[in-house]
Amino acid sequence: MSFREHLLELPVDALVARARDASEAEVARALAAERRDLFDVAALLSPAAEPFLEEMARLAHRITVQRFGRTIQLYAPLYVSNECVESCTYCSFAIRNRIRRRTLTVAESVAEARILTGRGFRHLLLVSGEHPRIVPPEYIAEVLSALHTDVPSLSVEVQPQTEEVYGEWVRSGAEGLTIYQETYDREVYAEVHPRGKKRDFDWRLETPERGAAGGMKRIGIGALLGLSDWRLEGIHLAAHARYLMRRCWRAFISVSFPRLRPASFSIDPPRPVADRHLAQLVCAFRLFLPDLGLVLSTREKAAFRDGMIRLGITQMSAGSRTEPGGYSAPEETGKQFEIEDRRRPDEVSTAIRRSGYDPVWKDWEAALND
Amino acid sequence: MQAPETRTARDPLVIAGRAISSRLLVGTGKFTSPEVMAEALDASGAEIVTVALRRVDLDSREPNLLEFIDRERYLLLPNTSGAESAEEAVRLARLARAAGLSDWIKLEVTPDPKWLLPDPVETLRAAEMLVKEGFTVLPYIGADPVLARRLEEAGAATVMPLGSPIGSSRGLKTRDAVAIIVEQAGVPVVVDAGLGAPSHAAEAMELGADAVLINTAIAVARDPVQMARGFRLAVEAGRAGYLAGAAGPRERAEASSPLTGFLGEGG
Repeated sequence: MSFREHLLELPVDALVARARDASEAEVARALAAERRDLFDVAALLSPAAEPFLEEMARLAHRITVQRFGRTIQLYAPLYVSNECVESCTYCSFAIRNRIRRRTLTVAESVAEARILTGRGFRHLLLVSGEHPRIVPPEYIAEVLSALHTDVPSLSVEVQPQTEEVYGEWVRSGAEGLTIYQETYDREVYAEVHPRGKKRDFDWRLETPERGAAGGMKRIGIGALLGLSDWRLEGIHLAAHARYLMRRCWRAFISVSFPRLRPASFSIDPPRPVADRHLAQLVCAFRLFLPDLGLVLSTREKAAFRDGMIRLGITQMSAGSRTEPGGYSAPEETGKQFEIEDRRRPDEVSTAIRRSGYDPVWKDWEAALND
Repeated sequence: MQAPETRTARDPLVIAGRAISSRLLVGTGKFTSPEVMAEALDASGAEIVTVALRRVDLDSREPNLLEFIDRERYLLLPNTSGAESAEEAVRLARLARAAGLSDWIKLEVTPDPKWLLPDPVETLRAAEMLVKEGFTVLPYIGADPVLARRLEEAGAATVMPLGSPIGSSRGLKTRDAVAIIVEQAGVPVVVDAGLGAPSHAAEAMELGADAVLINTAIAVARDPVQMARGFRLAVEAGRAGYLAGAAGPRERAEASSPLTGFLGEGG
């Protein structure tokens, strides 16, 4: 059963309703339960749970330390292209925007990667806009092949592909796939993707499954917070993560919580998410799925990221550039979004240590990919 | 996969698309007589009844075990007990099909005659072969969560982890591993073997097992009929406890500096 079909069987309306108007008793049950279901997640996301945020944080902290230890995995994005044929209203790369476009050659990608490995990174995430002609699957495969001897862990975040393409990428050296649904709210999804292939909600929804079937060992999903009701996104993301953990059981699953920021080339977030609510979301996920990876990127401010380390986050990016070629030559081409945490990777690493955590740069060995 | 949020009050057990009225499955070995067995089956409320193929003699003139099992009322589940390899188990399954008994097979491959512990490698191989031949396969396994997933991927209709060695009546000694299997499974989990008392069955059901299979504990009880009734009630009680969603013991808060202080008020 695909996640699309699984979702049809879930009482989504009742879950979203619970997330909006749970009682204090329902929150208390969710806090005390040994095993939690989606109704418990809904209660933990509700306004009634807000006074219990500190208690949620303590539980989330303890579970995370038990399952992951005091560690934070570090990774860096490597943008290979900002070419894009899509029309996403929230993204600077969208076709309508007059930004400086660039696609790195394979040699340029290697040069960018060397800068990042020089800073300590051993896990890179290749990112690209969605342009099937300029950035075809064969190009990504070529970049992966060129990088994988230098970089033990390579993940890919580009437009949805078939299982066969994912298999090819895995053979070329990819180990992880990141794909955000952007929003699980079908109406909003249609609004913010007015044209293009990306309008196909279901094709995107089933992408993580295809990636796992193609052999991807790490699967990252997420929703762009701020487009729709964060509680609705939380319910769907929780259901999706649980589904993937059961179904694609050979893969490590993680969830990201990117917040949409006001930016020059995109819409302002129609439903902004407050810091406290993002913290509530992260804690609820940890209480629901103790072994789920939780990611917080440089979109967030330094002080907020430092605080979130103890609330359940397990992976972070650092020193990110969101324009292709940005590590060799910053600011020369169009960025996807502004980053908020502008500290260098070594500064982030120091901050992680100061919180009593161990920054983990390398957690994969290329020999495992063969 | 059945999500916990979709369980309803009627809550039927569904195996391979068929709704099963009782979450207690009962075996037919070791009874003092077929008549006592028939009475115990009745008291148990079971719908699925397992029969060891090796004990069924279709050619005998003596009254056959099967004559005491109402085929209108019970779903017969032949098992491959005695098989020591995948090939032997497949042969037995084909025999059951040819005799018109059933396409459902409880797969047991137990090369070790002392503890009758299942062989994981041969069981997986046999399941793959049987699924290919169109059987509905219910494999008996050690409480191994990875094996359970491999069998599910191979197309098994359930997984049936043991609670403790077969016939030992020692209860749910594999509790922690069964809990992991239950958490991960997309097919029904039937705890099979080793449950010696109704309280053991209730424990397995409270843990979230979808059903239990009982044979020895009923068959060798002083009063098998009364014991069958006891297991029936225990299974219902355990299931109700599971569905009701018991809250665990409340954690005590530890005093230390707040973790959410960095968020500020209303931030």
